[in-house]
Amino acid sequence: MTSLSALLLLAIIVTDLYIISTGRLGSCIRATALQGVLLALLPPVIYADSTAEQWFHIGLMSVGTLVLKAGVIPWLLARAMREANVRRETEPFVSLHVSVVLGALLVALGFWMGKRLPLPVPIGSPLLVPASLATILMGFLVLVGRKMAIAQVVGYLVLENGVFIFGLTLARALPFVIELGVLLDLLVGVFVMGIAIHHISREFDDIDTDALASLRD
Amino acid sequence: MRLYLLLGLPAATGVITFFVRRVRFQLTALLASAVIHAGLTTSLWLSAGDLSSGSFLGVDAAGLLFLSLTSIVFFAVSFYSIQYLLRGTHDAPSGLYRFVPNLLWFLSAMTLVTVSRNMALMWAAIEATTLASAPLIYFYRRRSALEAAWKYLLICSVGIAVALLGTFFLGVAASASPADSPGLSLTALINAGPRLPRLWVDVAFLLALVGYGTKMGLAPLHTWLPDAHSQAPSPVSALLSGALLNCAFLGILRFYQVCVAAGEGAFARSMLLVMGFVSIGVAAAFLVGQKDYKRLLAYSSVENMGIIAIGIGLGGSAIYGAMLHAVNHSLCKAGLFMLAGNVLHAFGTTSAQNVRGLVRHSPMTGTMLVVAFLAIGGTPPFGPFVSEFTIFSATIRGGQLWLGALFLALLAVASLGMAGVILPMAQGTPANAVSPPRKEATLSIAPPFVLIVMILILGMYVPAALDDLLSRTVMLLGG
Repeated sequence: MTSLSALLLLAIIVTDLYIISTGRLGSCIRATALQGVLLALLPPVIYADSTAEQWFHIGLMSVGTLVLKAGVIPWLLARAMREANVRRETEPFVSLHVSVVLGALLVALGFWMGKRLPLPVPIGSPLLVPASLATILMGFLVLVGRKMAIAQVVGYLVLENGVFIFGLTLARALPFVIELGVLLDLLVGVFVMGIAIHHISREFDDIDTDALASLRD
Repeated sequence: MRLYLLLGLPAATGVITFFVRRVRFQLTALLASAVIHAGLTTSLWLSAGDLSSGSFLGVDAAGLLFLSLTSIVFFAVSFYSIQYLLRGTHDAPSGLYRFVPNLLWFLSAMTLVTVSRNMALMWAAIEATTLASAPLIYFYRRRSALEAAWKYLLICSVGIAVALLGTFFLGVAASASPADSPGLSLTALINAGPRLPRLWVDVAFLLALVGYGTKMGLAPLHTWLPDAHSQAPSPVSALLSGALLNCAFLGILRFYQVCVAAGEGAFARSMLLVMGFVSIGVAAAFLVGQKDYKRLLAYSSVENMGIIAIGIGLGGSAIYGAMLHAVNHSLCKAGLFMLAGNVLHAFGTTSAQNVRGLVRHSPMTGTMLVVAFLAIGGTPPFGPFVSEFTIFSATIRGGQLWLGALFLALLAVASLGMAGVILPMAQGTPANAVSPPRKEATLSIAPPFVLIVMILILGMYVPAALDDLLSRTVMLLGG
């Protein structure tokens, strides 16, 4: 199953690159939903050789991921986008062309770092750690490169997805309760951020975080 | 059982007060929860038995120390909030009924941080503290408050995501020795200590230091802190500074414990030392000539978090000083933010230049502000002097004279910077007050008074029970 998991991980990196290269917020949100689907497919593919008892655990994790990351969270973001009535990122801090080049560099960096950090016990796919680090780095790039509040939340989600991929190295060690807690925290986090976006759009007429720069020394 | 009560009671009361929106009922529920929480925490002090056995929940010395600080600060804040809410309601009509429930959920989340015995559970609890407190920062529905809340949410959530990565790195490290019980139980990690691969433990500590350090307010990751502390209502600022920063610090300490067990204590200490000195330096730079007195107190928190990090970084007897300083800072800063709330109420501005003649206008608030400033500035006979001196003398005893000199110099700059802002506020004749001088409300001056008396006592001697708890905490940290 190594080739299938490698395919999924590469597809996730492609969605990362798509997110950093597009200025349309709707496309960004759809890409995170797609990324959610890919993430939900990863646990059963990587842990295909599990026992029946472990399958229950992996199935629950997969379904939970699908519902939250491919369903509820993108829906919350799309709603926030409709309410704020914005379509695209017009003037990002880091221009989209530059971010594509940076993105490619970050993928290389992720693979380089992944090589320097060999897992003590090889598990799943050798691509798991590099893909996770690359996704985390690209999430950071979106977070610092964009001005729109929604795009920043998308960056946070991509970052979290990268951490989630890394967490798959431990899927068998972590009790399910805790994974559920992590997912729930993420959901509530995006929910609270959605409310904040709603307030920002009402207060400032747009959700450009440039407007949020009055507090300084 | 008591732990479940400690966690569940504030959470459940929060849900009830979320639906019952009568102010008097909410305030009664808040006070009752604070009293019961303090009572349960006290009962944990009295029971000598080992409560740290659980794999998810348990209380060890470090947990009990920070649980007690959270409980004391919350107790004081809830009494202070009565007056604050009853007089400040016209500013925030729509958010008022959400204040008490959010405060209670915040308490429950902070409690969970202190009683977690599992690294992943502790992570979830720290993230929950962010989510519960963000609406409190946006209590006054102002643009600037919204900006502060947004920065807080985003910066801290990202920081905490980095800490989650660090937690997973520990998990990977633990998977190297499958003989031990798997997962992220603190006890199992410490027992497996010497067998953990050091590279993974080091990277995990760095990620946790960056991630939780963001939330703890260590420079240069502190950027959310002055905004959030200055825009939040004063009781909330008191809780953020007096209790929340400690919880994030506890997160770093748990990783430090694993580092010590894995034989990487020296590496972790050197990182803490660097972050600590950067924090004091940055804070000192922003304290000098600061125009906003609530931001001044916030930068002072960055400074004090730096002092605590340095204490752990120096190791040995300085660790005791660092833990004692955490106690002193919590009590003192919570009191200072409450006093800042009184000043804001009397003068209607957070600009220090527009506040003059505080001692004549509100004698109790003015006097206590000066006294509390002297305390946090490291003047004897107050607690912070003792803890800062303990840390300083550790540098001398360790032969690190240059570090000691740098430490003293930066503290002196920070204190003088604060003095230049606070003392002119207290002196002179009141000119710009929005409310005429009148008798100060007991509930707005009694809580900070009690806290100041406590740090005065801590400056004279450390009670035996506290000394014992601090020593046991130091033992956990390998000092």
